[in-house]
Amino acid sequence: MEERRYRAVSGAPIALRRRQHSASCWELAVRGPRLQLRSLSAVTSAVWLAAYGLFVLSESSMVLSAAIFITLIGLIVYLHFVKIDQESLLVIGSLGIQVTSSYASGKESTTFIEMSQVKDVVINEAIHMQKVIYYLCILLQDPQDPQGVSEVVPLFQSSQPRLDCLMEVYKSCQEILEQRKTAPQSSGIK
Amino acid sequence: MVLKVFFPSCCSSAESGILIGRWISEQNSAVILAVVHFPFIPAQVKQYLSEVQQVTKIKVSVLGSWSNSKQEKEESLSEFLEDLGTIFSHEPWIQISKERDSKFWSCSTLQKQSNSSKEEEIILVYYDQRKVMLSHLHPPLDTTPSTDHKANDASKLAAMFDTVANSKILFMTDRYDDGPIKLTHWQSDGVEASIIVELMKQASVPACMLLTFLLSLTSAICKRRMLKVWPLPFLWSKLSTCEQLGHRLQHLQVISSNKKAQNQIQLMRKANIFVSLLIDVALGILLMSWLYRKNRIGHLADTLIPVADHVAKELQDLLQWLMGAPAGLKMNRALDQVLGRFFLYHIHLWISYIHLMSPFIEMILWYVGLSACLGLTVALCILSDIIALLTFHIYCFYVYGARLYCLKIYGLSSLWRLFRGKKWNVLRQRVDSCSYDLDQLFIGTLLFTILLFLLPTTALYYLVFTLLRLLVVVVQGLIHLLVDLIDSLPLYSIILRLCRSYRLSAGVKFRVLEQKHGKPLRLLMQINPLSYGSVVQTYRLPTYSCYPKDSWTSLCKKLFFGELIYPWKHKGEKQD
Repeated sequence: MEERRYRAVSGAPIALRRRQHSASCWELAVRGPRLQLRSLSAVTSAVWLAAYGLFVLSESSMVLSAAIFITLIGLIVYLHFVKIDQESLLVIGSLGIQVTSSYASGKESTTFIEMSQVKDVVINEAIHMQKVIYYLCILLQDPQDPQGVSEVVPLFQSSQPRLDCLMEVYKSCQEILEQRKTAPQSSGIK
Repeated sequence: MVLKVFFPSCCSSAESGILIGRWISEQNSAVILAVVHFPFIPAQVKQYLSEVQQVTKIKVSVLGSWSNSKQEKEESLSEFLEDLGTIFSHEPWIQISKERDSKFWSCSTLQKQSNSSKEEEIILVYYDQRKVMLSHLHPPLDTTPSTDHKANDASKLAAMFDTVANSKILFMTDRYDDGPIKLTHWQSDGVEASIIVELMKQASVPACMLLTFLLSLTSAICKRRMLKVWPLPFLWSKLSTCEQLGHRLQHLQVISSNKKAQNQIQLMRKANIFVSLLIDVALGILLMSWLYRKNRIGHLADTLIPVADHVAKELQDLLQWLMGAPAGLKMNRALDQVLGRFFLYHIHLWISYIHLMSPFIEMILWYVGLSACLGLTVALCILSDIIALLTFHIYCFYVYGARLYCLKIYGLSSLWRLFRGKKWNVLRQRVDSCSYDLDQLFIGTLLFTILLFLLPTTALYYLVFTLLRLLVVVVQGLIHLLVDLIDSLPLYSIILRLCRSYRLSAGVKFRVLEQKHGKPLRLLMQINPLSYGSVVQTYRLPTYSCYPKDSWTSLCKKLFFGELIYPWKHKGEKQD
């Protein structure tokens, strides 16, 4: 198991942790920066100052309790639905690829893609505003057309690592995807 | 290729024996269903397996051996297990062994005809047998259903789930049964069942028969010729209460049918309809008890007449305002007076009608309120119908205003064409030039001028009544939206997703367990439940109303030309 530091597209520091469980199983996890106390207190004080200003104007204490309520609910919603702490990729040869996002509140949302549906894992370029960014994605096989691609599943969308980090992930994935090409094809498939 | 062994976690502590299950050769994976313990006679095992194969249509066979040694490893046992491989002759023969105090198992395969000398890698996947058996795998919603079944079987998970789900008969024998074969699986400690479920199953048969009888009686009454005399079917189709009652009757017919549900989707549909009906009736009875306590119905009836009076008075004030100089606009006095008096007379008729009905209102309302016990949706539909009846005069005014305005607009457009020397050719459906006589032109121009100068008055009346009508339509629309929501929400599926989330699965998720070098890779397979949005989308009950497909532009066009707008079209109604 090794952990290395990289940078995201926006410049924030991220960490990549690679772990090889066996010859055909790699686990790769990208961890983004945690929620900073600074930004949390800044947002809370801004909201409460605005509420206090409204209270002074309107003389109704409902504004203050509403502000507290909004801050609490907003924080819970942000931690549970918006802030992604870690995104990980578990590649198991001949079973499939599992993509997990863990949120700051502990919730984990997982998708598992079977190996028969995976065509390839590639690094794509995209033009976003004034930048050119690279992103890793899984190409899914079209069941009707063996050469076609039915869907593109982008990975690491919230941590957005730069090319050097993506290359490491790409190499580990390709190591396992190569194995299924060299494995003897048994009769009955396709 | 990598060999995958799916091992049920309930068999981890079983005694030594042989493994039975299904071998899926296309995917090089073995799904282990149970462990058969010593002593056994191989011929009896083979016979039992062929019986199981006949019933379940799944190729269940002996896949390998399992040794759970509490003492030191015995050489003779391992030779004995290898010899079993020759008796049962399965290719490849899987040998799993577990030492007493180690959680890392060793797994090896014996291949008689091995093409390559390379050692195959083995992945051991633990799964919870009961959860996988009860779970229903939902394919992603956007996959196009392919007619080629081979493509479906290529999904490994679906094959594995099917294997476990269809092997229910294998799990029926537990270890307290006296038979030649002793198995270990998730139910080997005793078949579990619930008394309440069994009692309900027994009670449901006579209940269904009674319900079918009552329903046939009701439908026989509804089909009688007396009810098909002309004004009545028209009336029934306009009242939304009758639509809702017919819809609920259909639901009851689905529930009370004797045929067992063929597949999961039908079973869920029946369960959803049942729970939805139950909740509906419960809420309706709650509403009824609230209404009838403290004589609230009486109060409601008492306030109904004053409210209707108030609405009529407001309309009268509005008309007086229109007859004067509304918003500073100057109206054509004569037409204004005619239209205003016409509508005022209508309101007068309406008020008299309401006052005529007033002694009976309380009684009617009392009996109509009793029908809320049929369900909250029925009560809401009755409310919507009462609103429609009370605002009937607004509807009439809208129709008069719209027809007048429509006539005026068509007249104006036709005479405008005459003004320019053109004519509408009905045969060719286009505008052609035409030479008119002088007297035709003269009269046409006169009429055009008259209509043009009378346009603001008519347009204003039309505008005011259209706005009122749209207001009523919006209120009725909100009520119908609520009724549709209650009708179509799949409550049973949502509760199932909340309480027994493993039954509705969107897929699986794997967790890597502790590894040791040299031992096979160990993974734990858990069920990934379906998200709430997909649950609602998959199991939604169909409703009878379809919302108007008119876009905003066509609606505005209709309003501009004075065409009548029909907001609700029910499925099965002829389009106007």
